[in-house]
Amino acid sequence: MNRFQLEVRIKPRPGLLDPEGKAIHHALDSLGFEGVDDVRVGKLVDLQLEAPSEEEAIERATQMCRKLLANPVTENFRITVANEPSDGGRPA
Amino acid sequence: MRVAVITFPGSNCDHDCYKALKVVPGFVPSFVWHGSSELGAVDAVFLPGGFAHGDYLRAGAIARFSPIMEAVQAFAASGGPVVGICNGFQVLCESGLLPGALLRNDTLRFRSHDVHIRVETEATPFTSAYRKGQVLRIPIAHGEGNYHADPETLAELEGEDRIVFRYVTSTGQLGEGSNPNGSAHNIAGIVNASRNVIGMMPHPERAVESVLGSTDGRGLFESLSRHLASRAA
Repeated sequence: MNRFQLEVRIKPRPGLLDPEGKAIHHALDSLGFEGVDDVRVGKLVDLQLEAPSEEEAIERATQMCRKLLANPVTENFRITVANEPSDGGRPA
Repeated sequence: MRVAVITFPGSNCDHDCYKALKVVPGFVPSFVWHGSSELGAVDAVFLPGGFAHGDYLRAGAIARFSPIMEAVQAFAASGGPVVGICNGFQVLCESGLLPGALLRNDTLRFRSHDVHIRVETEATPFTSAYRKGQVLRIPIAHGEGNYHADPETLAELEGEDRIVFRYVTSTGQLGEGSNPNGSAHNIAGIVNASRNVIGMMPHPERAVESVLGSTDGRGLFESLSRHLASRAA
């Protein structure tokens, strides 16, 4: 088994009202930051898990997103591998 | 008529529900801990308000996997009446027993005050004691009550007479100043397709005695009592 560090980014679906992002956008405007077109606020979940392969690790994280981490009605998610497998390396 | 009130870690309206079920005649309420996997022989289930599991991740997201929820799902599937209030509504949406989701209030504020809601249908086990069009004054207390669903789902809810309560002004009108949280179609409460599962953000259990400032929530309990009595007959 290899250890993987995955990052799961969960964002409000496009077009969905994001009042938190809107409030931050207003604050940025009032601080004088120009040219900000849009602000959306999501979540970042760091996952450390063991899996036989990167493919399997991503597959498992996808299942986690579908079941718990993201709400398909309101959120999209994206999974990226944040590191190379560290524990013991790949089997010879 | 035995009623289970589910207590999750972080529930804070379970005692209010219990008390309301004592005040309105006909009910024998009992608390059921979320970690239990059995409801026992009950005639109705209440999922109370609060902050189950600290509302971590999303309100209701973790509570829906509590052991008791499997029994609640089965109870609902068999036609048993289930009432989700506030956080209970969020749990029902997360669990898929009701469509849609509850987002952050569009005002970004936690809203805790009385609102006016209009009874949109009498044809549920929870509203038969009301008149269609009746305006109720009932408190809300939530930060995430902004009902959201895709346009197809909203059309389905409208078309199937499944919107039970809508936020209105004190005179029963939609529009300016009526919507406290940005909910689509001013939705304050809905039922599932088989009409035995209701979710609502306002708190009828906090409006059952005049000392509480309003008795407009009693009708929900009286309707349920009537429904259970007729089913038993």
